[in-house]
Amino acid sequence: MNKRPLSFYILAAFFGLFVLFLYGPMITIFMLSLQGPQGTLTFPMRGFSFYWLGQVFQEQRVGNFVEAFQRSLLLGVSVMLLSVIVSVMAGLAFRDRFKGSNVIFYLTISSLIVPSVLISLGIGIAFQVLKIDTNWFSSGLGSHLTWTVPFAFLIMIGVFNRFNPSYEEAARDLGASNVKTFWEIVFPLILASLIGVGLLTFTLSYDEFTRTSLVSGQRNTLPLEIFGMTTNVTSPALYALGTLTTLFSFAMIAIGFFSFQFFSKRQQQ
Amino acid sequence: MSSKTFKALEPYLLVTPQTIVFLLFLVFPILMIAIVSFWQFNGYAMIPAFTLDNYLSIFTSKVSLQTYLNTFKYVILVWFFCLAIAFPVSYFLAFYIQNQTLQIILFLICTVPFWTSNIIRMISWIPLLGKEGLVNQLLLGLHVVNQPVEWFLYSDFAVVLGMVHLYNFFMIAPIFNSLMRIDRTLITAAQDMGASGWQVLKEVILPLAAPGIAIGSIFVVTLVMGEFVTVRLMGGGQSASIGKLIQTQIGSLQYPLAAANAVILLIVTLILVIGILRIVNIRKEL
Repeated sequence: MNKRPLSFYILAAFFGLFVLFLYGPMITIFMLSLQGPQGTLTFPMRGFSFYWLGQVFQEQRVGNFVEAFQRSLLLGVSVMLLSVIVSVMAGLAFRDRFKGSNVIFYLTISSLIVPSVLISLGIGIAFQVLKIDTNWFSSGLGSHLTWTVPFAFLIMIGVFNRFNPSYEEAARDLGASNVKTFWEIVFPLILASLIGVGLLTFTLSYDEFTRTSLVSGQRNTLPLEIFGMTTNVTSPALYALGTLTTLFSFAMIAIGFFSFQFFSKRQQQ
Repeated sequence: MSSKTFKALEPYLLVTPQTIVFLLFLVFPILMIAIVSFWQFNGYAMIPAFTLDNYLSIFTSKVSLQTYLNTFKYVILVWFFCLAIAFPVSYFLAFYIQNQTLQIILFLICTVPFWTSNIIRMISWIPLLGKEGLVNQLLLGLHVVNQPVEWFLYSDFAVVLGMVHLYNFFMIAPIFNSLMRIDRTLITAAQDMGASGWQVLKEVILPLAAPGIAIGSIFVVTLVMGEFVTVRLMGGGQSASIGKLIQTQIGSLQYPLAAANAVILLIVTLILVIGILRIVNIRKEL
């Protein structure tokens, strides 16, 4: 192997520091949530136990987070299904240029870059003017879709760009209908990507805060519940809850990544 | 319906659901903001009207000018640090890591935190930067300072740090993407013609990475412009941003005033985005 230039070591060190910057804070709250019952919000660690992880499930410590978790879970799954369905349909349409495709494309992108506070305020005002109560499953769902659908759409465009249309053409030549061609040819081929997109949109929704903050109605989603706790929970239970929900997000990403790998391998065989 | 007209209509039918989503939850709400910004507020509710009072009170107030200046300060600082971190990191990944699997793994390491909770990521700074935090304990232990440094947390410093931590992903992903697309033979050609490493970076790589930098900049600028959570959680009492101002006005139910502020925020953000697009043509990247 060639001798590596000095610049390699400098950049590698910079990269290492960056990773430390990204994960360092996360690791400190993981550690602090494993303290003994005398633990506080700062170092040094006082003992070692799973006491605080257990305390998360005691209502008097952190309020009722289980219900908020269930709401976020249900909302995340609905957002995931809707995002995947609309973005796959749009992705299919975008394989060909059609009149007005540019407008739709820029509309989608603008949803991603419009300042989040505008979405929250706008949906809040719209619901108020129409005299409909805001709720996590109506206005909240809509605000989540403005954030997840553009991501799903951009990924689907990438997926269909690499998609070989000759399979479909063969199926059509053999007399299959459009619907049949989609379910029997296209769908199995893009399944791996769909799982990836689905889990990404799920975690985006599960952790979304700004766009939901004004429009979740009476009942909070989990991130909103946690935001409320930052002001009144002063024990490591807060860190323990943070640890648990971060591990949950990690698990979702890992499942998404590995099922993507599994299905794309199977596809190549 | 003949199959030919169906074929012509098919793409429109397919994009309809997605378009409805954005019409309902993006276009309509923003139109409502624009309309309500001309309404009146009587102390407890908004009343349909046509008045420019909301805009006038914003343009004549010193506070809103200062808030905008402070928001721009955050935008510039966060943008600068995100770029200063993202370029070397993506450059290292794209050009120094030859093993493709390792490259993907390292890139994933940079992006995974983005998919976790922003709130938790901000809370995580407390045990590090707080008055009794790890950094202060270290500085005290080394006798660098005699008293705990207070401005690590609940300050403009903390706000910028928090945002750089949250948003660098939006800079790394597009820059890495555009660096990966650079044809490696161009670099070899430049080297064969006697270009130094620095010249290759400046004359070949940087121009080709410009679209990625522009896309990343658009994301970071728009995210920071509307930001209020980080300012609230990490900032001190004086830390102000236009997003936080809007949120405070909503809290006191002054929807028309908040709407007028939001309209101005949207226009300013659009001007910034158009400015970036003027400098760099990103079409090739899309």
